[in-house]
Amino acid sequence: MQFMLLFSRQGKLRLQKWYVPLSDKEKKKITRELVQTVLARKPKMCSFLEWRDLKIVYKRYASLYFCCAIEDQDNELITLEIIHRYVELLDKYFGSVCELDIIFNFEKAYFILDEFLLGGEVQETSKKNVLKAIEQADLLQEKTEHVSARVSLGVRKRTRICAGVLTCIKM
Amino acid sequence: MSDIVEKTLTALPGLFLQNQSATGPAAAKASFSSRLGGLVRGITALTSKHEEEKLIQQELNNLKATVSAPNTTLKMMKECMVRLIYCEMLGYDASFGYIHAIKLAQQGNLLEKRVGYLAVSLFLHESHELLLLLVNTVVKDLQSTNLVEVCMALTIVSQIFPREMIPAVLPLVEDKLQHSKEIIRRKAVLALYKFYLIAPNQVQHIHIKFRKALCDRDVGVMAASLHIYLKMIKENSSAYKDLTGSFVTILKQVVGGKLPADFNYHSVPAPWLQIQLLRILGLLGKDDQRTSELMYDVLDESLRRAELNHNVTYAILFECVHTVYSIYPKSELLEKAAKCIGKFVLSPKINLKYLGLKALTYVIQQDPTLALQHQMTIIECLDHPDPIIKREVLGEYSYLLGKETGEEVITKLYKLLTSDSISSETKAWIIAAVTKLTPQAHSSNIVERLIQEFTTSLDTCLRQHAFELKHLHENVKFMKGLLPVDKSCEDMVVDASLSFLDGFVAEELSQGAAPYKPHHQRQEEKLSQEKVLSFEPYGLSFSSSGFSGRQSPAGISLGSDISGNSTDTGLKETNSLKLEGIKKLWGKEGYLPKKESKTGDETEALPVPQENIIMENVDQIITKKDQSQVLTQSKEEKEKQLLASSLFVGLGSESTINLLGKADTLSHKFRRKSKVKETKSGQTTTAQNMTRSSFSSSSNVTYEEDYYLDNLQDRGDKEVKKFSLNSELLDSESLTELPLVEKISNCRLSTPSLFADNNMEVFHPPQSTAASLANEISLASSLLEETTEHMHSDLMEVCNNETISVSSYKIWKDECLLMVWSVFNKSASELKSANLEIAPAENFKITEQPGCCLPVIEAESTKNFQYSVQMEKPFTEGNLSGFINYQVMDTHSVQLEFSVNLSLLDFIRPLKISTEDFGKLWLSFANDVKQNVKMSESQAALPSTLKALQQELRLHVVDIIGNEGLLACQLLPSIPCLLHFRVHGDMLALWFRSSCSTLPDYLLYQCQKVRAWIDPQVPVPIPCFHPGLTRAFKAECFVSVFLSSRCKKHGKSGGDLVSKDSESPGHLCIVYPKTQN
Repeated sequence: MQFMLLFSRQGKLRLQKWYVPLSDKEKKKITRELVQTVLARKPKMCSFLEWRDLKIVYKRYASLYFCCAIEDQDNELITLEIIHRYVELLDKYFGSVCELDIIFNFEKAYFILDEFLLGGEVQETSKKNVLKAIEQADLLQEKTEHVSARVSLGVRKRTRICAGVLTCIKM
Repeated sequence: MSDIVEKTLTALPGLFLQNQSATGPAAAKASFSSRLGGLVRGITALTSKHEEEKLIQQELNNLKATVSAPNTTLKMMKECMVRLIYCEMLGYDASFGYIHAIKLAQQGNLLEKRVGYLAVSLFLHESHELLLLLVNTVVKDLQSTNLVEVCMALTIVSQIFPREMIPAVLPLVEDKLQHSKEIIRRKAVLALYKFYLIAPNQVQHIHIKFRKALCDRDVGVMAASLHIYLKMIKENSSAYKDLTGSFVTILKQVVGGKLPADFNYHSVPAPWLQIQLLRILGLLGKDDQRTSELMYDVLDESLRRAELNHNVTYAILFECVHTVYSIYPKSELLEKAAKCIGKFVLSPKINLKYLGLKALTYVIQQDPTLALQHQMTIIECLDHPDPIIKREVLGEYSYLLGKETGEEVITKLYKLLTSDSISSETKAWIIAAVTKLTPQAHSSNIVERLIQEFTTSLDTCLRQHAFELKHLHENVKFMKGLLPVDKSCEDMVVDASLSFLDGFVAEELSQGAAPYKPHHQRQEEKLSQEKVLSFEPYGLSFSSSGFSGRQSPAGISLGSDISGNSTDTGLKETNSLKLEGIKKLWGKEGYLPKKESKTGDETEALPVPQENIIMENVDQIITKKDQSQVLTQSKEEKEKQLLASSLFVGLGSESTINLLGKADTLSHKFRRKSKVKETKSGQTTTAQNMTRSSFSSSSNVTYEEDYYLDNLQDRGDKEVKKFSLNSELLDSESLTELPLVEKISNCRLSTPSLFADNNMEVFHPPQSTAASLANEISLASSLLEETTEHMHSDLMEVCNNETISVSSYKIWKDECLLMVWSVFNKSASELKSANLEIAPAENFKITEQPGCCLPVIEAESTKNFQYSVQMEKPFTEGNLSGFINYQVMDTHSVQLEFSVNLSLLDFIRPLKISTEDFGKLWLSFANDVKQNVKMSESQAALPSTLKALQQELRLHVVDIIGNEGLLACQLLPSIPCLLHFRVHGDMLALWFRSSCSTLPDYLLYQCQKVRAWIDPQVPVPIPCFHPGLTRAFKAECFVSVFLSSRCKKHGKSGGDLVSKDSESPGHLCIVYPKTQN
């Protein structure tokens, strides 16, 4: 995988992970172009795009788009499942995850991603193992900090900004 | 409303501060951790981009202040990092925080470290200079006994790591392959995978360990090793054929559900693993019957077992079909796989349909009859709303005629063509499909109608396709031969490189046509210049030649990707139509009396799908067989041209890069060499620089020494001896033929010294090469007369080839820096038109000295080129680059590039003023910098400090009053800088003043550097970098950071750190970790 982007329906970037060295300018350009292209696609269209010499695989979960760029020989369908597995992991970690969780705790979302994908390849396919690794690293984290942040920031706005729980729009 | 928000936000920091003071640390903590929330909420409340920019800018300013404040705790720093990441994600520059991210990773506790590492991985890329600063931390964490720390280090290593630093961590990572925890082993495998990707030769020796990882008892570790194997097998499948059996066995176990249930994904056993294995098998079995036979069984089982209850099963199935069709064919399997595809194409899910169609292209290449069963589905797909599907369909359409007649299909296609709802790109595809169908159709009414309609299309691409069709249609017999009814084209030989065009290309180029430029480049240019298509009437000039239409784009073969703004000029020169890029259309009859539209460009923007191989093939064949026909370029051709351009690289003229040619190997060699030099000087902290300057300053000492010799007496004779020794060295050696390196090593052998031998051991510099280089230069013959009058650096070779060797040295004249490049002609023949040019550099004013133009360099002689250099604004290091070109025996001209580093110190000269003048100047200067420096006892004496300052910084000692010293220098041409210092116990208080705002900072930095060499006790702070600084400069800092660590060789065990030896000050070493067995 070359990179992964998460962005909202409004085109706001929520997470970006680049597995190939690119300049900031290039990254920005790619992001802008892709966000535009993907947002312009209709819901009935297929989740794969050919873009430059890459293949783009994207999937929408509630208000969030998950978008991956893979190489020519890579399998599009399994990439969709990578996205789905990542959402499952987020969901399990945050407990019915919503866009807000990712906005306010994006560093956690990155940690989870890093345990799942490393250097652009799937590192661990067992959900249990990934979460175990995260918990281990989290162990010292003051649980309260996480919870209180969520309570104080999330709850009030939760309904306003986010459509609710990230639900998978089935293909 | 937004105003209010803004005000509230502006007030926020103040509120936090109040909290802090009012309710103590607890409140501060709480408010701090919710700041990201505040920021996010603030942003969501805003309505315009402008407001957002304002808010973020404010936030960044706050952050900047916080991160650099001395009392910021690591916990706060962690919070700041998170907000910085957020700001960067929104597209704002937060580069000032990069260094703090590294610090956080280095100093923080586990949680802070984790955020630090994350920030580093998000902020930096693997060739970022700052990454070097992380190496030390990574090494430390890799050795930690805390699992989490080791995990973090391995994670960062697998994401970004500077290639040149791999040796520093490789043994540690290798060790981790034997770690008892599977998560560590797994991450170690992935780190090695990363190393393999960026520097394959570094991990060559551990291939055996990869095998061990493949046999690991833990599934995760085994699965991770497959990434490496997939990569290696892709590059050289024959070396891993013996592993086929193992891969098959593993796949069998996986398919058979033998893995722990943890690895199931929606009750499908380890799908990622399965797909990885299938891909590997596909590569191993390609064109290899014996190997393929080993896997038929397991592939059969995979096809059978796949119960289609979840999307992931389709993913496996797709990969399986792909593998079946990649390896040596077995008809039974092929049939089964083809049947499976039905499940894809019949699926209502569009993703599956798309992949089904894609899979069909594999099938058709092997055996079109197997695809017949899906014909109807394919035709139905034509009506699909998603263009990508349609394109896929049309690619294989024409070969699937069975039940439906050609006419029916064509009619359907024609209907589609006339509908408005489809894009012109799809239309082009449809016409292409019609072309392929035409030979099989009995009546051609519709075809003729179509031709009539579309040869006058506004769209160049469509028109071109229509013309292709027209010409083929006029010659039915030829067309039938070209597009056989019952075959796909796999047995036809296609000249994909378009070699038949070479002659034409060369001809056009020689007539001044512009080389071909790839699409994206053209597009960028178009965007940048907003060029408008201007169409002149088509001239008749090109109508006779079938190929004239290819003008500029055909120039691909000659180094096209380095061509500049060529499209324009190329088109102008042929004085014909100016279409954007490639799609041009004209027939035999010449000009088409139509207006153009721009649609072609839009269609171009969409990439051509790779799957349409067959169509492409056909087009290629058309191109080949139909050379006499007027064919213009379609998109497919453009792709071929890209391919061709990559194939033809090397056929270019002398001036282009020739990968195979001899001349070029040389220049490559050179480039590489100079790069090595650069990195070396980067890594090695400018070893040479330092040494050089110490040499030069030694001579400085000789003429200034008597001035304060008294002061030095109490320091004992050691140093004096050393300096005089050095000056002797300088005197004798620079004029005799001893190369630089030898000199340095001489110094190293001398007694423990302060400055000279600093870091030669640090980076294992390839002394032998340097020495051999230096040996070639005859020093004595090349030094200028002036050299003897002024201080000068040693002669350093900057570039060479078999004919010449260019060396350079600096002469520190009083009024300027004189750079001398001496060109030594090694060959036996004379060189003509020798010309040396120095590229204009941003911060330098470069003036060529008279007498530089030396058109002829006789055999085995040396000529000098001199340039005087002035620094236009202060900075620490700069680079001067240039080239030399010359002609050998009137034949070809050769060009060599080189570059030299210049440091601020090259432009600093002692300023000889009186104490009174010093006093006056001191009061008149506004810019000052103060710093207290702790010294070790032995160093605390005034004289040694003086000496260091004087030598390293070229300061003039104005006066010494008690334990205070006054020094002065100037930055050429005439920016003065004054230093007042006071030795106070073991503290040294430095105080710089200057009329220039930046100069004191730079000098202070240099000063600290000097101190770093002197005193092993003083920890060196991590320098904070300005983004505009050069790599070499940052590398210097890097080493000084390394200095702060202790040398394990002389202290702790398992040594792997760079450090300074406390016993002999100035001595530095890096000890790479040894493998622990």
